[in-house]
Amino acid sequence: MEWVNAVVQGILLGGLYALFATGLSLVFGVMRLVNLAHGDLSILAAFLLVAIVDATGLDPWIGLALVVPALFVIGYVLQYGLLNRTLAGGELAPLLVTFGLSIILQNVLLEVFTADSRGLDAGSIETSSIRISDQISIGWFPLVTFIVSIVLLSVLQLALSRTRTGRALRATADDPRTAQLQGIDNRRIYALAMGIALATVALAGVFLGMRTTFGPAIGPARLIFAFEAVIIGGLGSLWGTLVGGIVLGVAQTVGAQISPGWGVLTGHLVFLAVLATRPTGLFSRQVRQ
Amino acid sequence: MGSVIELEGVSKSFGSLQALDDLSLQLDEGEALGVVGPNGAGKTTMLSLIAGSLHPDRGRILFCGRDVTRVSPHGHCRLGIARTFQIPRPFGGMTVFENVLVGASFGPAGSDGEAEEIAVGVLADVGLLRKANTLAGSLPLLERKRLELARALAARPRVLLLDEIAGGLTEPEVLELVATIRKVRAASVSLVWIEHIVHALLAVVDRLVALDFGRKIVEGDPQAVMASPEVRSVYLGAGA
Repeated sequence: MEWVNAVVQGILLGGLYALFATGLSLVFGVMRLVNLAHGDLSILAAFLLVAIVDATGLDPWIGLALVVPALFVIGYVLQYGLLNRTLAGGELAPLLVTFGLSIILQNVLLEVFTADSRGLDAGSIETSSIRISDQISIGWFPLVTFIVSIVLLSVLQLALSRTRTGRALRATADDPRTAQLQGIDNRRIYALAMGIALATVALAGVFLGMRTTFGPAIGPARLIFAFEAVIIGGLGSLWGTLVGGIVLGVAQTVGAQISPGWGVLTGHLVFLAVLATRPTGLFSRQVRQ
Repeated sequence: MGSVIELEGVSKSFGSLQALDDLSLQLDEGEALGVVGPNGAGKTTMLSLIAGSLHPDRGRILFCGRDVTRVSPHGHCRLGIARTFQIPRPFGGMTVFENVLVGASFGPAGSDGEAEEIAVGVLADVGLLRKANTLAGSLPLLERKRLELARALAARPRVLLLDEIAGGLTEPEVLELVATIRKVRAASVSLVWIEHIVHALLAVVDRLVALDFGRKIVEGDPQAVMASPEVRSVYLGAGA
């Protein structure tokens, strides 16, 4: 029964990883940009909420409604003002710039918030759970995280397939030069994609901060989990990203069940196994070269 | 004034290759202009300059008297200049309808509903309506070419730029496409058409320009241009 429990917890953890991975996948899908600062930006969102809560005493759940739009704006401006300029310079330029951004963010957070671990208090939901049997109980908080990730992916999927802007995003992802000739301003589309990506990763960062403690330096590890979820699921597939997150989550909790130190390692091993056997991921769509 | 597009002394080179050399050209409102010339004569470069995806090194490009030399490609589209590509470039992961809808919603169309109406109308015009829900990536060549045309038309252009749209088609397919393009012309769109299939071109255009090495060598009545010694020597070799 404790194995079943490990799997259930892993599935729920997968929801959190999917939150981290969605934005990464979207940005890579639309503009072939690998954002190495993705993890650090999620931690920035968490610290931003800490600062808001410290300053105003606001409930973190309400503060979330400020942090998500704030990260959207940061993403939009970051892409429009900085990253758009790097896209013309080949694949290396955006990698280097986002790598630099990652280092800057970590150090600024360290300077402002010190190296102390912080946490966000989500209230009684953090500890309450639904008891299913003696061995299995589902925490409300992981369940809420999981549901949020499903709602988020559904909304994104619907927006991409049904709205004018969604079609513009897909057209630009497909062929940016032709999309431009159809009247689409791809600088704005890229900015919008980054805005959406950072809004989603703000959710991820805050949920992480409510689930566990965090410090300025943990961004890169989040980035790796996000990458693994994207690649396991397959590039360009939103629901694949959720499945990728779940596979990674289950691998980690089952690994930890075998031996407490094995969780992260097992996750990496499963990732490597997928990479070796299905390098395009479980749900990949064709990716433009 | 009647001209929609004017090129004034336009030059463009890629490294040491002079693709266009001091080219001047004008396109009148409602006119269909054919462009012929051997490979490498600068025809596609000229089209890219008019469409705004390339900028000239020297010279000016005017649209309805307004200088658009430095306007971005999406700006050109919104002005009402649309193009098709020699090798069709549909958004492969989207349906035929969605492909056309993108052009319609970011062109001069206002609301979503209006864009959908335009898209349906354009698909009917080019004969692709029954394929509306097919993934664009799975279409055969003739239908890709039709989609290419539909997508350009969906932006409701005043000037339509066609790049070898008949190339690679069978003879009956060429005739079908010519019929479609004649229908488009009836909707008072000005046309610049690059084509190697001369009889298709002659069935549509009012005026013909022949380019070679980035320069205009002859211009005028289509039959006269094709019969001119300059064009004959370019196509058939000197002394022909």
